[in-house]
Amino acid sequence: MNLDFSDDQKFLQEEARKFLEKEEALNRNRAVLETDDKFDEDLWKKIVDLGWTGIRIPEEYDGLGLGHLELCVIAEELGRFLAPVPFSSSVYLFTEAIINYGTDEIKEDILPKLVSGEIVGTLAVTEDLHAPTKNNINLSYANGKIDGRKIAVPDAGVATHAVVVAKSNKGISLQLVDLSATGITTEHQENIDESRGHFSITFNDVETKLLGDEVSGWELYESLINQAAVLFSYEQIGGSQASLDMAINYAKERYAFGRPIGSYQAIKHKLADMYIALTLAKSNCYYAAWALSTDAADLPSASATARVSATKAYQLCSKENIQTHGGNGFTWEYDCHMFYRRSKLLSLNIGSLSNWREKLVTSLEQSNIN
Amino acid sequence: MDFNDTPEEAKFRKKCREWLEKNATYKDESTPQNDDFANANKMKAAKAWQKKKYDAGWAMLHWPKEYGGIGASSMERIIWANEEAKFDVPKGIFEIGLGMCGPVMMEYATEEQKERYLPPMAEGKEIWCQLFSEPSAGSDVAGLRSKAVQDGDKWIINGQKVWTSGAHFSDFGILVVRHDPNLEKHKGMTFFFVDMKSPGIEVKPIKQITGGSSFNEVYFTDVEIPDSQRLGEIGDGWKVAITTLMNERLAVGDAGGADVEDAFRWAKTQDNLGEPLLTNKAARESIADWYCEKSGLKNTKLRTMSALSRGDTPGPEASITKIVSAGKLQDIGNFGIDSLDMAGMLKTDNQDIKGFQNAWLGAPGMRIAGGTDEILRNIIAERVLGLPQDPRADKGVAFKDIPSGNS
Repeated sequence: MNLDFSDDQKFLQEEARKFLEKEEALNRNRAVLETDDKFDEDLWKKIVDLGWTGIRIPEEYDGLGLGHLELCVIAEELGRFLAPVPFSSSVYLFTEAIINYGTDEIKEDILPKLVSGEIVGTLAVTEDLHAPTKNNINLSYANGKIDGRKIAVPDAGVATHAVVVAKSNKGISLQLVDLSATGITTEHQENIDESRGHFSITFNDVETKLLGDEVSGWELYESLINQAAVLFSYEQIGGSQASLDMAINYAKERYAFGRPIGSYQAIKHKLADMYIALTLAKSNCYYAAWALSTDAADLPSASATARVSATKAYQLCSKENIQTHGGNGFTWEYDCHMFYRRSKLLSLNIGSLSNWREKLVTSLEQSNIN
Repeated sequence: MDFNDTPEEAKFRKKCREWLEKNATYKDESTPQNDDFANANKMKAAKAWQKKKYDAGWAMLHWPKEYGGIGASSMERIIWANEEAKFDVPKGIFEIGLGMCGPVMMEYATEEQKERYLPPMAEGKEIWCQLFSEPSAGSDVAGLRSKAVQDGDKWIINGQKVWTSGAHFSDFGILVVRHDPNLEKHKGMTFFFVDMKSPGIEVKPIKQITGGSSFNEVYFTDVEIPDSQRLGEIGDGWKVAITTLMNERLAVGDAGGADVEDAFRWAKTQDNLGEPLLTNKAARESIADWYCEKSGLKNTKLRTMSALSRGDTPGPEASITKIVSAGKLQDIGNFGIDSLDMAGMLKTDNQDIKGFQNAWLGAPGMRIAGGTDEILRNIIAERVLGLPQDPRADKGVAFKDIPSGNS
């Protein structure tokens, strides 16, 4: 029995933490938030140089050939420091889609460039103000070309490529698109966490390459999301921990009525509840990380469990961190709001809490927990 | 990461399972579990099972051989507990004695006393209880007032204890009392063990909101305890009590009873306004959240086991178990009863409904016993998160001068 990361993985995490701390990732996040930048290019380059974008990419394609567990520990640190980079879009979603569904030819073309940073990817699925489902994908695919519009695509202003969920007369498919192709218009859409830009992309008869087949695209998408949920969850617990740490530090230092506010039980119990939510989420993430790294049969329920509890933990920790900070927490100047924003971004990017709860119960029905 | 046992662990697990398969039957997971010691037959069965385990060395396997154990490691103890939990065996009688009284005796009793008392405790022949709480000392257990006055080589005890689980069937108890109210609160206490058959001890069961009586009031009137039954030095009562309370938190752990599997199974078949309850969005969201809590606790335990397996000391994660499981128990009980609408009021023979009603009625006790939700949150905040203590009105003054509000 060893539900823990290896010493090498812990070392990698420690190094990642030191790097992001030294690079003042939190301040960089604020800088992106306050300017028209859509990501921190310099930090992204450094991350590429460290090899993080190629962690899961096999060595034959210039990657590090490591596993999902290594990606989990990096994700936790990126989450802790709110790194304003397209890592989740490009690594957890796009890269994994290429690794899982790309032909050898596509892999040879794309994977080495993801390692070198030449390619940044994202995933485009949503088309209107509803959760995407098999039935409301209308972007059409015919004769090797796609036509239609996607919205709320994270990091699309930075991305060079995208995986696009499309529909043909045969069914749903995943399409690989070079975003520099003709017929593409990308427009920035204002969002509630501008440290990670969101965009609409309009495709007008754009040539694509098919990932997988034309029939089972939705299942491939779901499977991709189930995997990515574990990595998103790790970013979420990293952010939860940072929010809790901020709240603890403030509660120790801030005095009211002649004593630290952290000595009041109203504050203590709030912070204890944050700790409880985070501990449950973290433990579920450990299990899901194991399920992901071993491709366990219960990955769908394990990842949904991690995802639901990590989303709940981050939402609780980020909102109660603001509350613990009182009026200061509501100011732009304090960092609390950056975690609050990111908690929402991470909880929506691959589907809302309510829809993940639904996924979890559906997976329990399928596996029949009795 | 690896969920498999090490070869040694696997070997030990196999040994446990083989013995259990020979001596007990597996639980039927599709029916709710029920532990009710109200009748004498169940007590008899519990004692018989404990004796059987003792004879085979499983009763207190982590204890040294001379007291009836097999000197097992913490990891082996957990493996045994995991395996035993899969079987339909009696529980709920010996936990306090073995989980709390045993460790204190082990640490503070004389060699002679250990040889005399520990083996019968492990065997289930003698049952022990814990006499700490008092009418005016609950969460603030150090506020206890029962008096001990030294008289030569013995002590005379007067006062009242309360919430004493199992006192009505216990042979011995561990007891903390105040020997000097002129000293500061935490310095004026001394710790003993006592024969529950001593003259002057009167046990009165307390009827609980469940209708059952698992705990008691215990009155002490001029009860004599030999000084040789003192555990620790005079004035060390609090220090000894803390040892016990630390063990209590490990012993109490999970609130048993109706759980998410029961709610799920029930929701699949229970009709709600013409549809199975499981199609109801609110029901589904609740089940998802309970499942996450249950998994979170299970996986937290696995992390604790991983630390033990490596030979590390487990972190503070285990402190969340009771808070989460007791609250979940209450909510699941409520969910099941509500699903019956008006008829949820009725007592029936249906085992599922009984399970929900028992959960709902019993959960308030779980949220209090062994540290209330609030005390546990204080402990997490202060010991885990490092937040400062509340200012206290009971520090640096003689116990007798502390405001008590009732005299």
